[in-house]
Amino acid sequence: MNRQYIIRRILIAIPSLLGISVILFGVLAMAPGDPFEELATNPAIPPEVRMALRAKFGLDDPVWQRYLHWFSAMVQGDWGFSFQSRMDVDRLILQRLPVTLIVIGASQLLAISVAIPVGVLAAIKPYSIFDQIASTFAMIGFSLPTFFTGLVLILVFSIQLDWLPFVYRADINATGWAFYGEHIKQSIMPVVVLGLAQAGTLVRFMRSSVLDVIRLDYVTTARSKGIGERKVIVRHVVRNALIPVVTLIALQLPAVFGGAIVTEQIFRVPGIGSLLIAAILANDTPVVMGITFVISCLVVLFNLIADILYGWLDPRISFR
Amino acid sequence: MADTLLDIRGLKTWFKVEDGMVRAVDGVDLHIDRGETVGVVGESGCGKTVTARSVLKLIDMPPGRFEAGQILWQGRDLIPLDQGEMNKIRAREIAIIFQEPMTSLNPVYTVGDQIAEVIALHQKLSPKQAMAGAAEMLRLVNIPNPQKRVHDYPHQFSGGMRQRVMIAMALSCQPKLLIADEPTTALDVTIQAQILELMHEMKDKFGMAIMLITHAMGVVAETCQRVTVMYAGKVVEEAPVEALFADPRHPYTQGLIRSIPRIDRAVSRQARLESIQGTVPSLLNPPAGCRFAARCKYAMDICTQGIPPLKEVAPGHRVACVL
Amino acid sequence: MAGSTPVSLSADAPASPQLAVQPRKARSISPALETWRRFRRHTLAVTGAIVLLILVSGVLLGPYVWPVAINDIDFAAKLQGPSLAHPLGTDDLGQDLLARMMYGGRISLAVGFAAMLVALTVGVLVGSVAGMASGWLDAALMWLTDLFLALPTLPLLLLVMYLFRDSMKKVLGVEGGAFVLIVVVIGGLRWMPVARLVRAQFLSLREKEFVEAARALGASKVRQVVQHILPNALGPVIVVGTIDVAAAIIFESTLSFLGLGFPSDVPTWGSMLRDAKDYLDIAAHWALFPGGAIFLTVLAINFIGDGLRDAFDPRRVL
Repeated sequence: MNRQYIIRRILIAIPSLLGISVILFGVLAMAPGDPFEELATNPAIPPEVRMALRAKFGLDDPVWQRYLHWFSAMVQGDWGFSFQSRMDVDRLILQRLPVTLIVIGASQLLAISVAIPVGVLAAIKPYSIFDQIASTFAMIGFSLPTFFTGLVLILVFSIQLDWLPFVYRADINATGWAFYGEHIKQSIMPVVVLGLAQAGTLVRFMRSSVLDVIRLDYVTTARSKGIGERKVIVRHVVRNALIPVVTLIALQLPAVFGGAIVTEQIFRVPGIGSLLIAAILANDTPVVMGITFVISCLVVLFNLIADILYGWLDPRISFR
Repeated sequence: MADTLLDIRGLKTWFKVEDGMVRAVDGVDLHIDRGETVGVVGESGCGKTVTARSVLKLIDMPPGRFEAGQILWQGRDLIPLDQGEMNKIRAREIAIIFQEPMTSLNPVYTVGDQIAEVIALHQKLSPKQAMAGAAEMLRLVNIPNPQKRVHDYPHQFSGGMRQRVMIAMALSCQPKLLIADEPTTALDVTIQAQILELMHEMKDKFGMAIMLITHAMGVVAETCQRVTVMYAGKVVEEAPVEALFADPRHPYTQGLIRSIPRIDRAVSRQARLESIQGTVPSLLNPPAGCRFAARCKYAMDICTQGIPPLKEVAPGHRVACVL
Repeated sequence: MAGSTPVSLSADAPASPQLAVQPRKARSISPALETWRRFRRHTLAVTGAIVLLILVSGVLLGPYVWPVAINDIDFAAKLQGPSLAHPLGTDDLGQDLLARMMYGGRISLAVGFAAMLVALTVGVLVGSVAGMASGWLDAALMWLTDLFLALPTLPLLLLVMYLFRDSMKKVLGVEGGAFVLIVVVIGGLRWMPVARLVRAQFLSLREKEFVEAARALGASKVRQVVQHILPNALGPVIVVGTIDVAAAIIFESTLSFLGLGFPSDVPTWGSMLRDAKDYLDIAAHWALFPGGAIFLTVLAINFIGDGLRDAFDPRRVL
């Protein structure tokens, strides 16, 4: 693992980011009509604000110039003003982002810690009862739409059993341990919904990756060395099987953000996902663009992290 | 015999596939004495590799299974042993190297780690001592600059060098038997000779026996004392190397020997290089009777009726043929 | 590089050593029949196929058996559970859920298949061009594919729906506009795996003997592609296509659930769930039936995809 490799990966990430920004801008530019037309009919917005916006976005310039303006504004964090929330978009998003990241992070941790052992155990005894049960459950998790899992969990744990709150509240009237306890309690369902959907996919990835690795020659070599089966699996199979799985997890990230949007919407978690839906329903274009841009950046960033992790897991890569 | 190390008796290793049983090894007898080099030859798919892996119980079960037979290691049957007991024999008493040096080493660990792993395990050494042992083994197999090379990854070695690493790893616990499963097949011709030379040298140094699996009769002639010829999961002939080349009895062995290119014969135009017609029969539904019958130019009616047993035609020379 | 660790998604994984001893099939069976034979043995896949068949015929033929209007409002019978008059109960306006479910099912399945066709068409096209052309065009197309893979699908889908919904409505009508937009956008964001797969198949098949033989015989490039390469790439593409149908159904339901899919007066499974979610405590059936229908459809299709994957993969050992 060397610095050169990391720098190379970062340099590769930049064109992707540019490409994504072109696509986002393209969608915006191709949209029929004036994206700020809605504002004209909104009595709460004075016409001079609308004109200022038009001028800033330079709606009458040639396309490439508009793109450059738009992109430099995005990069500088100058994302406009949310008329719905009456504050700057960048501040609004920054306010909401941590909750989303915590929910996504916790659900990924949950998914990984469930899926890796299950996937490995299923693969070392393929077609066994355990494998069949695990694979069937993975398929169910993979096929359950997040919004339906969410509603079923609410139905069972909030309405029938009354164990967990189904609305996420940012303002909890408690201090100390009780405060954290309430937070954890209200986070359980969103995290589980998002985590289980991921775990299903991940079990399938892990299982097929282990199945691919376990028949390779070096695993036979490891067995011939007389090291115990457990150690063979952990040191020589799982370690190697994780390499492609890292990439697959990174490829899943856009889907994870999609799941987070739905989950936040169901449980009313005050993250950027529910903010996005609210903004769309309220025609708050700057917020919609800002959030889409932030999520794209996060996907590119996590892909970069996955690439670096990949290079760390596979010594062959960083030498190339 | 007191100095028999390995004695395989009537071994049957079968594989269950969707359409039935593949009889990859179907009644093999083979023995190896202390310090001896035994060649096991035959075409691809004749069961050589499965026999070799059966000895160390490196066959995936399922789909594989031992249908019958014994694998006696110094008089003790290995087949009923569990994983833990097998692991005390692997590497420490019987070691194995494989055909593909490019894929036999784990790409994510340094070669030093991989050799030290065996040493630390079987000789109960600290990681540091084991790493020193690994460097020493690399030096023994003539890898230049071993102190530095232990920290390199497999992809930084060439094919021949990786096979040296494999040999170093296999010999690091001074096993009594080294199983070499086509160790030179995947290598360049010049490298092949070097690896065979190295194995000779190591054998002199450590005094282990070698089970050399190959399909190259030339390699057998150069290195082995005794030869076992396998065909379609069965042993068809077994003899001391001189006897086999001087007086091959089984038509299949004769065909194998005739298919060796020889400079002294190639001069005359008529003597074209011979090949054996046809292909190995399906091991899924093997033909009744002698499995070579369909390709044998001497085949008679009785050949397709029963499987001829191995019978002794000269001291130490046994053939499974009615002729 | 040899000894890398491929995951089964790759087109050509090395055969396991044990299989080297596996002889050629004694009986010669046509590949299609052989595939069918293996598929039939996959119990869950066969179950999935039967369930899907029942669902499809249910939503297609059901309305003839149960000719109740989807928008018959009857406040006297609102939020009722399943009964003889309303086998799946009613919603908050007393509308019959069975009729609405059948209507929504048609939309979901139609969106699923249409979006799959869009994704396959784009994917096969991009993949074939990248696989045949080498050099900069291949590199550029693959860069584009990777770029699309990194796009956050749902936010982008929402953004496009948000920006284009109104103008599409003007051109193609309320339902038609939403349908075309949803199908094109879902298809346009799901073609990448197909493209990668087709390209990988091209790269591995391009060098195989029979294609070389065809090339030596002077077959044109297009002919090589159509006659020799595409049929061989068909298996994996069918598998991905199957899973795409399921994914498209989920996307469509998600959009409707979030209120950004079909207009709110069109009953789709997703929009029914959206309406039902505020009545979970008093009318759980309203949410459970459409949610269960989405789940069952998607699960059935995914199991079929799994069965097809195994059936097309002759490397499998018992």
